[in-house]
Amino acid sequence: MKNLINIKKLADFLRSGSVAVIAMLMLAVGSVSAQSDGSQQNKTGRAGTFAITNARIVTVSGEVIEKGSVLIRDGKIAAVGTSIQIPRGAETIKGDGMTVFPGMIDAATNLGLAEISGGANATMDVQEVGSINANARAIKGVNPHSSHVNVTRINGITTVISFPTGGLISGQAALINLNGSTQDEMAVVPEAGLIVNFPRVATGRRFGFGGPGAGGGTDFNAALRRRDEQLDELKKLFEAAKNYQKARAAYESDKSLPYLATDAQYEALVPYVTGQKPIFFTAEREIDIKGVAKFVADMKLKGIIIGGQEAWKAADDLKKNNIAVIFTNIYSLPTSQDYPYDYYFAAPGKMQSAGIKFAVSTGEGGGEVRDLPYQAGIAGAFGLTPEQALRSVTLNPAEILGVADKLGSIEVGKIANVVVADGDILDPRTKIQHMFIGGRLIPLTSRHTELFDSFKNRTASPK
Amino acid sequence: MFLIKEKIMRKTSIFLVFAALCMFAATAATAQNGDVLIKNATVMTASKGTLQNTDILIQNGKITRIGKNLTSGSARVIDATGKYVTPGIIDAHSHAMLDAINESSFSVTSMTDVKDALDPDDISIYRALAGGTTAALLLHGSANSIGGQSATIKFKYGKGKDDFLIKDAPTGIKFAMGENVKRSNFNVPGMTPRYPRTRMGVVETVRDAFTRARDYRQAWADFNAKKTKTPPRRDLQLEPLVEILEGKRIVHAHGYRSDEQLNLLKIADEFGFKIGTLQHGLETYKFAPEIAKHGAGVSIFIDSWSYKIEGYDAIPFTAYMLWKQGIVVSINSDSDERIRRLNLDAAKAMKYGGVPEEDALKMVTLNPAIQLGIGKRTGSIEVGKDGDVVIWTGHPFSPYSRVETTMIEGEVYFDRAADAQKRTAAEAEKAALLKDKMNSGPATGSGPGAGPRIPRESIVHDRDHADQEKTGDTHTDQEGGHR
Repeated sequence: MKNLINIKKLADFLRSGSVAVIAMLMLAVGSVSAQSDGSQQNKTGRAGTFAITNARIVTVSGEVIEKGSVLIRDGKIAAVGTSIQIPRGAETIKGDGMTVFPGMIDAATNLGLAEISGGANATMDVQEVGSINANARAIKGVNPHSSHVNVTRINGITTVISFPTGGLISGQAALINLNGSTQDEMAVVPEAGLIVNFPRVATGRRFGFGGPGAGGGTDFNAALRRRDEQLDELKKLFEAAKNYQKARAAYESDKSLPYLATDAQYEALVPYVTGQKPIFFTAEREIDIKGVAKFVADMKLKGIIIGGQEAWKAADDLKKNNIAVIFTNIYSLPTSQDYPYDYYFAAPGKMQSAGIKFAVSTGEGGGEVRDLPYQAGIAGAFGLTPEQALRSVTLNPAEILGVADKLGSIEVGKIANVVVADGDILDPRTKIQHMFIGGRLIPLTSRHTELFDSFKNRTASPK
Repeated sequence: MFLIKEKIMRKTSIFLVFAALCMFAATAATAQNGDVLIKNATVMTASKGTLQNTDILIQNGKITRIGKNLTSGSARVIDATGKYVTPGIIDAHSHAMLDAINESSFSVTSMTDVKDALDPDDISIYRALAGGTTAALLLHGSANSIGGQSATIKFKYGKGKDDFLIKDAPTGIKFAMGENVKRSNFNVPGMTPRYPRTRMGVVETVRDAFTRARDYRQAWADFNAKKTKTPPRRDLQLEPLVEILEGKRIVHAHGYRSDEQLNLLKIADEFGFKIGTLQHGLETYKFAPEIAKHGAGVSIFIDSWSYKIEGYDAIPFTAYMLWKQGIVVSINSDSDERIRRLNLDAAKAMKYGGVPEEDALKMVTLNPAIQLGIGKRTGSIEVGKDGDVVIWTGHPFSPYSRVETTMIEGEVYFDRAADAQKRTAAEAEKAALLKDKMNSGPATGSGPGAGPRIPRESIVHDRDHADQEKTGDTHTDQEGGHR
């Protein structure tokens, strides 16, 4: 019993400790590693100079190269083409019969913040208490050693947005690569956007027993008024943050002015309310999306929609205000019984036709983020071409997130997030053969492959 | 709580629901009687390989010929050149159509029957058909060690509920082990906890039930042998369990942890019956040899995991590992959402471990049919079997393929072209209905009819959302009492 308690304490300490301390302790106390099945420590792969040769290269940004090579050096894509110079000492990966893709990006997840969604509070760091949490940053909650990291990435997803949920302002999203021993090592853009749950025009949820009126049912106009009241609060908050910034700036240039005490919420809000960085508004229905568009225009913000299930119905509003859509939850059932059976399957195709900039995202908590390619694939069955479907999970999200100079395609100079597969990466039959994140060759192991290895040869022991 | 409110809201906007039902009934009415000849398809039989450029003749609901250049006679001809045909998909774990899922008052509710809660108008049926699913095992929830009796049905949307039941299918029943049975996530303050509360108690609850069933059977045997004079009091709870002891009712047992499911196999061995399927069984890969020895089938999710502690050791290689042991494996949905895309779940069995294509297809067709005891009449494309087939635009394992047509016994229950036509008509009809003065609410006040009704968003983070909504069980708000 005593031993158990000690190990638990040690485990707590290890979680809070630095990598160096962990490494030392792991060496010192062999029994600790026996407590972990290994999957809790994501392997970070191996750096080097790599050449993937003779492969079909789907660059996404340009034409498909039917037989070419990709050179990876110093964490970046150093060369792409049919006749590139392979430096001496480069490790060659034979790509014959293989296809090279850029790593996929899921632009709306809670990955690393939510290990076990149901009934295990100890593994949940998604939602803070209270309604305004602009200073809550996902990058400070992401667990680099979550088993969701290795399970997700070995399906070709190399980068995700992880964001907090709940309240009116949930906090700030992080753009992370799915590799690294620390949060900093994972971060591509540690504070990538502010999550605002745009107030809904809510008519439906206030019906009680006894039918109309009995439970304080809300008619459309009343719901609209309530939404507008909530929006006014949000506007006031944003204006206050702008004024805060002006007052602070004024003091910096003239120290004779009164000093305004630091405010954690305003500090966090300033880059977003001043339009320097994007705000992710969650909104699903046409009416709410149009509300976001108006709010973004009124407040001169950089806006992105998360959700966007009916965004195709608000194309003009979105395009006029340069609002892109991170479309989530394609597997949602049609919200109304009389909606077509493929209502959401077909939504990305409709956005494409309407000229809306969009990415396809799972919107998942963690474990199911690896389904991203198949969600894009289904959009491919209902309106997108396969090329558009692939773009919706690679270059489109990179562009929307403002990192197209770093991610989203196979181009020289970009971060070497590269996947080598034996077929179309959006096809559930396809197997990933090799992958790189930040130029590191990632072992294709996960909590799942490790459990598989542990049991695949088990035979029943004789009685 | 709001789930119940949603339900009431639905009732308050009855005119819209009525409009919707009219619309989909109209769509379902495309089901056509008569013989069908599907020409020139790539036919994935799910039992005898894949046949190129092949015709299938369906007469009187049965597949009568499979071959090349068949003549149509009086049959309606469908040109399937460039298309794929598979058997109808069968889901061995669904709660579609059920107005109630859990009778959670007792831990042994074998007297209940989901056939008493069938809603033949459930829109989930049409959506399942649009994903190529033609048949399903409709199960009671998992709130109980021994739950209610199940229904084995075909999705004959547009017909009466009795027409859905497969008449000669063996009867079944739901069992469950683990956290849902323990009611771990269903604590209601002020409510006395229900026995059992631990895995120890669950084992004893099941053993107690079968001990009583064995005694009950003995009492009847003694009476029939005239050893006793008074007939035993008829016990509706124990009668289904006697059927299990006599091998006449198939047990479908929900469970997660390998130890609990192995314990159930041991109980079955103790009382001399067989477990039909271990349902969910996300850790079955840990004790596959024991399952093979017992002879149980397994019905799993292909790759769901991590949604609760019980699912944390789930791995997507399970289908492959069980298949390698020769166990009959099916891949189920347990979801009105996932039932629409089981073809892509089957495809994943090829990815994880490398199940061959036909065996992967079997996991959503012939294998569930075998597990449900209907393998002789459906589940594969063979002469003599029911004409339950799906025509796909491309390979059913490609993400870019769609269902064109779904047939049950030769009748069309989903057709994409027909759907497109009806859609336009229904939109026009709905617009007209909404304009009708009768359907606009009062100009002021708080009545729900006032102004346009805006659909609420429904995000399926929880893939059981739709099912939970239908349970009407306030205890299931947080976690499905069946998954």
